[in-house]
Amino acid sequence: MTINQSAEQPAERGPVADFIHRLRDHDVWYSFWHTPMAIFAAFIALVMVLSAIFAPFLAPQNPFDLAVIDLLDSNLPPSWMEEGDPRFLLGTDDQGRDILSTVLYGSRISLLVGFAAVVLSLIAGVGLGLISGYVGGRTDAIIMRIADIQLSFPSILIALLIDGIVRTIMSKESHESLALYVIIFAIAISGWVQYARTVRSSVMTEKVKEYVQAGQVIGLGSFTIMIRHILPNVLGPVFVIGTIHLALAIIIEATLSFLGVGLPPTTPSLGTLIRVGNEYLFSGEWWITIFPGLTLVVLALAVNLFGDWLRDAMNPKLQ
Amino acid sequence: MLGFIFKRLLQSILVMLAVAFITFGLFRFVGDPVNNMVGQDTTLEEREELREQLGLNDPFVVQFARFTANAMRGEFGQSYSLRIPVSELLRERLPATLELSIISAILALVLGMPMGIYAAIRRDSWLTKLFLTSSLVGVSLPTFLIGILLILIFGVMLRWLPTFGRGEVVYLGWWSTGLLTVSGLKALILPSITLAIFQMTLIMRLVRAEMLEVLRTDFIKFGRARGLGNRALHFRHALKNTLIPVITITGLQLGSIIAFSLITESVFQWPGMGLMFIQAIGNADIPVMAAYLVLIAFIFVAINLIVDILYVRVDPRLRVSGGKK
Repeated sequence: MTINQSAEQPAERGPVADFIHRLRDHDVWYSFWHTPMAIFAAFIALVMVLSAIFAPFLAPQNPFDLAVIDLLDSNLPPSWMEEGDPRFLLGTDDQGRDILSTVLYGSRISLLVGFAAVVLSLIAGVGLGLISGYVGGRTDAIIMRIADIQLSFPSILIALLIDGIVRTIMSKESHESLALYVIIFAIAISGWVQYARTVRSSVMTEKVKEYVQAGQVIGLGSFTIMIRHILPNVLGPVFVIGTIHLALAIIIEATLSFLGVGLPPTTPSLGTLIRVGNEYLFSGEWWITIFPGLTLVVLALAVNLFGDWLRDAMNPKLQ
Repeated sequence: MLGFIFKRLLQSILVMLAVAFITFGLFRFVGDPVNNMVGQDTTLEEREELREQLGLNDPFVVQFARFTANAMRGEFGQSYSLRIPVSELLRERLPATLELSIISAILALVLGMPMGIYAAIRRDSWLTKLFLTSSLVGVSLPTFLIGILLILIFGVMLRWLPTFGRGEVVYLGWWSTGLLTVSGLKALILPSITLAIFQMTLIMRLVRAEMLEVLRTDFIKFGRARGLGNRALHFRHALKNTLIPVITITGLQLGSIIAFSLITESVFQWPGMGLMFIQAIGNADIPVMAAYLVLIAFIFVAINLIVDILYVRVDPRLRVSGGKK
């Protein structure tokens, strides 16, 4: 380390500056600024994430504040239509809530569930993959068998089954307040396999390399070698899977909420809003469903496009 | 070969036992099964008698063995909310789901294969680019939204097609079919398209990838050198070699189609098993949930087992290495 520093790095840098410097030297950074589609997708996704985070400041009204909602404003079409009201850009729902505001608050919850599920899944999957690849033997065989079995079922079905079973076990009152955690947990469990399999195969190629042997020789523990030395070298593909998984997690959450086994109307995600609006589709009030639906599609598409680009950019073989 | 089949079979049985164990746990420990079956005015003695009759006082292992034996015969007791035997309910709902799933699978194949072949042969045409871009949109578009959009366009705005239920059905023995009446066929159009779109994009991408791979191989180059026309090369030689993986994957996808039909059934109020399961979750109707869980797990395990065995039979390399994937 000392030799390295004096030979190659002219000046000391802080860890953050160092990270930024390394990022800007990276091929992926170059590829990003030369792929208009990636910039576009990232921009859309960023705008949606930011507007979801700052929903309380951006939304014209707080759709959960009963004081500002007026039933007389219910079922108004978007403002550019004949009976529209300029106060409600995208119209109102049956309770007189501004659709733009409910969509902003809804995407906030959808993104929260998506991110939380991806992070949990990632931690579990990467951890199991590391153990499986590094320890090998019987532990590896058991973990990979379970992964194989789980992989033969679609993840949306697994999430639905876990969610359904947990719901049945809990009492009706408690699942309304715990629904958010249950759904995050269910989606997280349904997604760990991809991470585990990828990390395992990377670990298998890394663990025979010299730096790992060197670590073993100087007497580092398995845990230290796994976390400090192997982990940073196998994380690349994990971010690709994580990005694509985020889009999938948001879609799974929306689907479960649409089916009525996800989030309750008291904490509506985009899926819950679509479910509620669906009842008004036949009487012609299409905007209650279509705007949350459109937001969901644009969000998922932007994340998917970004993930597609990231996968190609991180895989030099495809270029 | 035999050893491999035996290992896979054992694994399948273990999975089924695990599923049976989970469902049994649901049965036994969520709420009191007796309370779920009797009314308010049943006396304590009667309850105790029923408890004894149902064998709820037997040791755990005995109960689990009995549950598994019953499940294998398709007996899951009575539905808590509908008060009819679950086996009867399943028999009523199964045809609806299978008809929808099989029609969708055929639709996905019939549309997806030509699109994939076209995308492989004419790699740079604008239509190919359109197919590929729309397939990415298709992946980002959740099934239920496709259904809602179709309902909005063809059901609410144009009023061409029915948007819920199966229409009129005809009974052939216990099997109810909507394929023989006009209203039944009309009711099938929107749900089957909704269910087929996702699989169609999958099949299209797969056919394209496989076809491109085959077109690069030497025997195609040799055929071209021999003076064979494009038509013979593409359809007689290349297509034939892409079909094997496509058919296996489609077979493997049949399970997911049945699982995804759950969403489509909810959107269109299609009276199949998926809708039954969603309603059962809402009502905490455990016998119905258990039956669906066991059945869907069985379908998946069976399909995977068959495909695994077929793979080994088709590809001799797998036999040598002891059947490891």
